[in-house]
This record gives sequence, C-alpha cells and structure tokens, in this order.
Amino acid sequence: MLRKLLIGTALASGFAFAAHAADVKEVQMLHWWTSGGEAAALNVLKEDLAKEGYAWKDVPVAGGGGDAAMTALKAMVAAGNYPTASQMLGYTVLDYAAAGVMGDLTETALKEGWDKSVPAALQKFSVYDGKWVAAPVNVHSVNWLWINKAVMDKIGGTEPKTFDDFVALLDKAKTAGVIPLALGGQNWQEATMFDSVVLSTGGPEFYKKAFNDLDEEQLKSDTMKKSFDNLAKLVTYVDPNFSGRDWNLATAMVIKGDALVQVMGDWAKGEFNAAKKTPGTDFLCYRFPGTDGSVIYNSDMFGMFNVPDDRKAAQVALATATLSKSFQSAFNVVKGSVPARTDVPDTDFDACGKKGMADLKAANEGGTLFGSLAQGYGAPPAVANAYKDVVSKFVHGQIKTSDEAVTELVKAIEDAK
Amino acid sequence: MTTVATQIKLTPEHNARPGASVRSHLQDALPKIVLAPSFAITIVFVYGFILWTIYLSFTNSKTFPSYAITGPRAYQRLWRWTFESDPPSSWYTSITNMGIFGFLYIFICLALGLFLAILLDQKIRGEGVLRPIYLYPMALSFIVTGVAWKWFLDPGLGLEQTLHQWGWTSFHFDWIKNKDFVIYTVVIAGVWQASGFIMAMFLAGLRGIDGEIMKAAQIDGATTFQLYRRIVIPLLRPIFLSAFIVLAHLAIKSYDLVVALTSGGPGGSAWLPSNFMYEFTFKRNEMAVGSASAVIMLMTITAIIVPYLYSELRERPR
Repeated sequence: MLRKLLIGTALASGFAFAAHAADVKEVQMLHWWTSGGEAAALNVLKEDLAKEGYAWKDVPVAGGGGDAAMTALKAMVAAGNYPTASQMLGYTVLDYAAAGVMGDLTETALKEGWDKSVPAALQKFSVYDGKWVAAPVNVHSVNWLWINKAVMDKIGGTEPKTFDDFVALLDKAKTAGVIPLALGGQNWQEATMFDSVVLSTGGPEFYKKAFNDLDEEQLKSDTMKKSFDNLAKLVTYVDPNFSGRDWNLATAMVIKGDALVQVMGDWAKGEFNAAKKTPGTDFLCYRFPGTDGSVIYNSDMFGMFNVPDDRKAAQVALATATLSKSFQSAFNVVKGSVPARTDVPDTDFDACGKKGMADLKAANEGGTLFGSLAQGYGAPPAVANAYKDVVSKFVHGQIKTSDEAVTELVKAIEDAK
Repeated sequence: MTTVATQIKLTPEHNARPGASVRSHLQDALPKIVLAPSFAITIVFVYGFILWTIYLSFTNSKTFPSYAITGPRAYQRLWRWTFESDPPSSWYTSITNMGIFGFLYIFICLALGLFLAILLDQKIRGEGVLRPIYLYPMALSFIVTGVAWKWFLDPGLGLEQTLHQWGWTSFHFDWIKNKDFVIYTVVIAGVWQASGFIMAMFLAGLRGIDGEIMKAAQIDGATTFQLYRRIVIPLLRPIFLSAFIVLAHLAIKSYDLVVALTSGGPGGSAWLPSNFMYEFTFKRNEMAVGSASAVIMLMTITAIIVPYLYSELRERPR
C-alpha cells in the first residue's frame, strides 16, 4: 500500500514546473506602488523604457503591501527566479547583497556619475562591497510638520522654531478648540515622530550616535530620557481616539481643518496634492522645530538582482532610466519626495519640494543627513522594530515612565542586535 | 480421467487470469493513485515543513534560512520573554492573549451556539429564515468581519458616536482603543462570526436525537431543564467534540482577525502568537525566533488536543 502510494507520488511529481523563461526585452518589476499618484508616477518610467523598446511587467503581489511584497520576493529568490528589480528599503538591500543574489551595476554607475550625484548617506545602502546593487528612486524626509493654514491663521500662530514654541502653538490650538496634533497610534507613526523629537532634543550629533551607531551611552543618557518626556508631552495633545488610526486619516484631519498639525514624512504631501491643496495658501510645511538644517531620511530603492546575462541589458536600461534627471524630477513631483541625486533642477517642484531639495543638499554637504531608525534606515529591521515596540508601549502606557523607557530601549536594542 | 478433466478445466482459467488480474489490480490501486498527489502534498507541505520549522528554530536563521545548528538560543529568548510582564514583552502579551481569547472564544461560542440551537429547536415558526441569519457570518472572511467590527466599535465612527448623536452622551465604549480591553473586542468579533456555525452543528445533533427517549423521559416526569441537563446535552457529546476541535483550531490560527480589527492593538496589546510568529519571521528577519514560537504553538495545541481526542475517541466503541 505504502509502496503504491510512493509510486503514485513519484508519477504525480513528474509534472514538474518548467522554469519560466523571462523575455529578454522585458523588465520584471516587483513593487507596491499601486495607489493613484504612485501608479501615475511609475507610468513615466514605463514610457521611458517603452521608448527604448523594453516592455514592463509587474510581478503580482497578493495583498499589495510592502510586507506581502517582501514575502513574495523571498520566495522568488529562494526559487532562483529573480525579478529584474524590486522596490526595496534600506537594510533589505544589504541583506540580499550579503546573500549574493544582487547584480552589479558599477559600470553603469560610473558612466552616469552616480557616485558624485547620489548623497553619500544613500550610497551606504545602494553600494555593497564596492559594487552598486541598487538604484535609489527618491529621498523621503521624516522631520516635517504639516499645518493647516486656515487653522493656523485663526489661532494666530507663527512658525515654531524651538520645541517650546511648538508646545505653545499646540496650546493655542487646544484653547481654540481644535485638535492640536493629528497622530495615528500605530507603532511606526509614533516612532517616526519620535525620530524627530530625538533630533530636536539632542541635536544632530546625538541623533547619529544614538540612532545610527546605537551607542549605549547615548541610548541610556539623560538626553534620551528628556526626549521621551518631550514625546509624552506631545502625546497629551492628540485626540482620545488616535490609537490605531492610519496615517492618511491623520493627514485628512489636518486637510479638513479638524486638526492643526501632523508630524509625518513628506509622503503626507501626496495626500495634500490629491486633495488639490497648494503649499503656502492651504497648508504649510515646516521642519520639525529645532531640526532645521538636518534631514532624517528614508529612501525607496530599486534593488537590482543578478539576472542571467541576456536580461542584463533590460536591467541596465531600467537603472539608467530610474536615475535619469527627467524621471527623478517627474516622479518625485508627484510622489512628494525629493530626487535621489542632488543635481536635478528644482523648477517643477512646489515650495515644500524646493525646500526639501535645498535641505537635502545642505545636509549632504554638512554631514547632517541621517537615516531614520523608525523607517529602517538607522539599523537593521530587528533593532528598528524593537525600537518601535518600546516607543509604542511608552505612548500607550505599558511603559509608564521615561526612566523605564530608556532601560527598556537599551535592553530591547541589545537583545535584537 | 478426472484429473485430466480438471487440468483441461484449469488451463483456460489460468490463461484468463493475467488480464483479469491486471485490471483488478488497477482497480484496486486506482483510489490510491488518485489520492497520491494530495498525500504527497500533505507529507511535504504539512509534516515536512513542521520538521523544517523545528530544524530552523535551532539555527541562527535571520533573513534567510541558515542550516548550521547553533543551539536553542531562540527558545532561551522566548523563555526569558515569557516572564517579562512589566512592561509586557511581545511574547508575554501574545501568550496571555491566547489564553484569554482561546478560553472565552471557545466557551462563549459553545454556550451561545447550544443556547441558540435549543431555542431554534422548539418547533418555532420561521426557523428556515432564522437559521441562515445566524449562520451567515461564517460565510464572511475574517478580514471582512474584522473591518466591519473595527468601524462598528470605533468610538469616533460606530456605536459610541451613533448613541451620542441619539442623545445618550454619557455612553462610553472604547475597548478597541484600550490596551487592557482590546483583546476582548477580538473575542466579540470572533464569537459573532463562529457561534452561528456552532449553532448549526448543535441543531443537527438535536435533530438526530431519538424522539422516543424524550417522550419516555417526559412520561417519567422530567422537567424541561432536567430533560436537557440529563439527557439531551449528554447525548450531544460527539457534537461537543467536533465543535471544540473546530473552534480550537480557529482560535489558534486567528491572525487576520487581529490584524484587520486592531492592526495589532495599542502598543501591540492585541497580538496573538500567530501575529508574533509572522512579525518576527517576516518583518524582523528573526526567522529562528519565529520558528521557535511556531513550534511552541504546535506543542501547545498538541498538548490540548491529543489527550482530549484520545479520551473521547477511546471511550466510544466500548
């Protein structure tokens, strides 16, 4: 009986899946940019490639989000069926490069001069072991305030320059009966806001040592305690119903004028754009108080896989088109981010975009461009998520004091390293 | 003469046998050949991967599987986290939530399902309409249930907001936003979805009970309560077993409900072990820890289900 089963099994498994041979004139792309604005932005790239004779093929992802895409990618790579490129974030690129599955774009990079135009901090993630393995698409920055101008005018507020100014401004909104701070109580949003709070409280040097170098002395310092106290202060200004809210709903509160301000990365601008709001007249973008001159960034990258030689031409075409000035400008105008190379003209960008580009350039030259820990550009995912746990537990009251928070932070990061 | 005759008789039979035997062999084997693919798939994708997960839990796997055995470090970490209750570690939250959710979900579903089934069994009018109404939630996926209840329980959108608009402004129900109560909202949504199905199972069981026994008991002077307490419920024992198994596995694998309903809850306070496992394996690139937690889940469910199955299935054939 058992033998027959085994024979039957062998027969059935004879229908092995033939390896799917990819068309050499085709770019297979794994990404999760499916919302209206993002899809429109990607269309620019598709058209650029079509002009050179390359077809675009999306790799389908069930579920659609970034997590689902990364799970799908893991399965594809494990099966040896590499996409031409995949949207990737930070340390994921380095993980895959360490596993030896990434391609080598160094030749193209040198020809196009990426090493000079792409900020050095980004190259930490796009270059592995001296080889270019990814093409950065954009630079998002995290330390922004998004303010509803009508509400701001109503309460007579001005741009806050320090943390204390910011608290005073929030107080004004509270007195006027507006929700002062729109926050979505999900761990990544809380931690993203805390990135800015730490930079504001401790300054650039402190942020770098604590959140990029993970220096234990800094992580348990009084400055970090003060940062947690400041975060607790900010959380007193959110509405009671904030827990679990999605980030775009928090942005919508600011757009509608129910709330004064949101602390969020510049992808929030995409929501303002989609609602047909103009910077300067409908909404205001300021750097998080006390962080002007520094930029906390994250960046979307197209990781380039080690595809067979006959598919390399398509890959090079994709990489070249991705970092072309025209695409960088067109894409980032729509996406709300700024170009991943500093030599792109800012003529098409709105006021916030122009400021973002100038800030990026200055931060790159001044050495104040730092990876966001909450967004996975400060430390590997295990550490970044342990950090988000601590911040979120502090915001929601499982961790009760800033002393305890600092102890937990050190412990969690040590444990996850 | 007789021997010759038998020989002659035997020969054609001998000749006929091979053809018939191939066919009968084939007929014999056909069900097995047809079943073989699903058998193989089960062997590889269930038991094979269980073994693989156990193996991975003893390695140092991070983003990708690594195959060098490095010892039980993942289990040591989980063991340490098991006792970190203040502030609660994610693992501590997950397993205490599993206890709360598993117990309440199974208990309330069984109780409510039985109660509804007994009510529906009173030969009432309109049963054909009522039964599908209770059963219908089971047709929804956990994601749909989760999203619907998320809106319904949200103080700014659903129940609380509506009652405030109707004038009952002191009404307050914010469990879904409260780190200490969020797990109970998962129980509410889960019970809503599954109790109708359990009701249908009990109803089928009730319909299968011999009416003569009931009549005999009534003639002997049993009250309705005694009738159910002493006769009907003991007779429903096999249904309890099936319902328990169905509910237990639904409880253990509840993942999507937590995600859709609470997206993890405030500060991760609604996590169940399955959320922990997915989070660590795929988002935090700690595959060894994720595998170890999966193994613990498997051991827990084995420890509960196997003795129960054993005691229930052994007693029956008597």
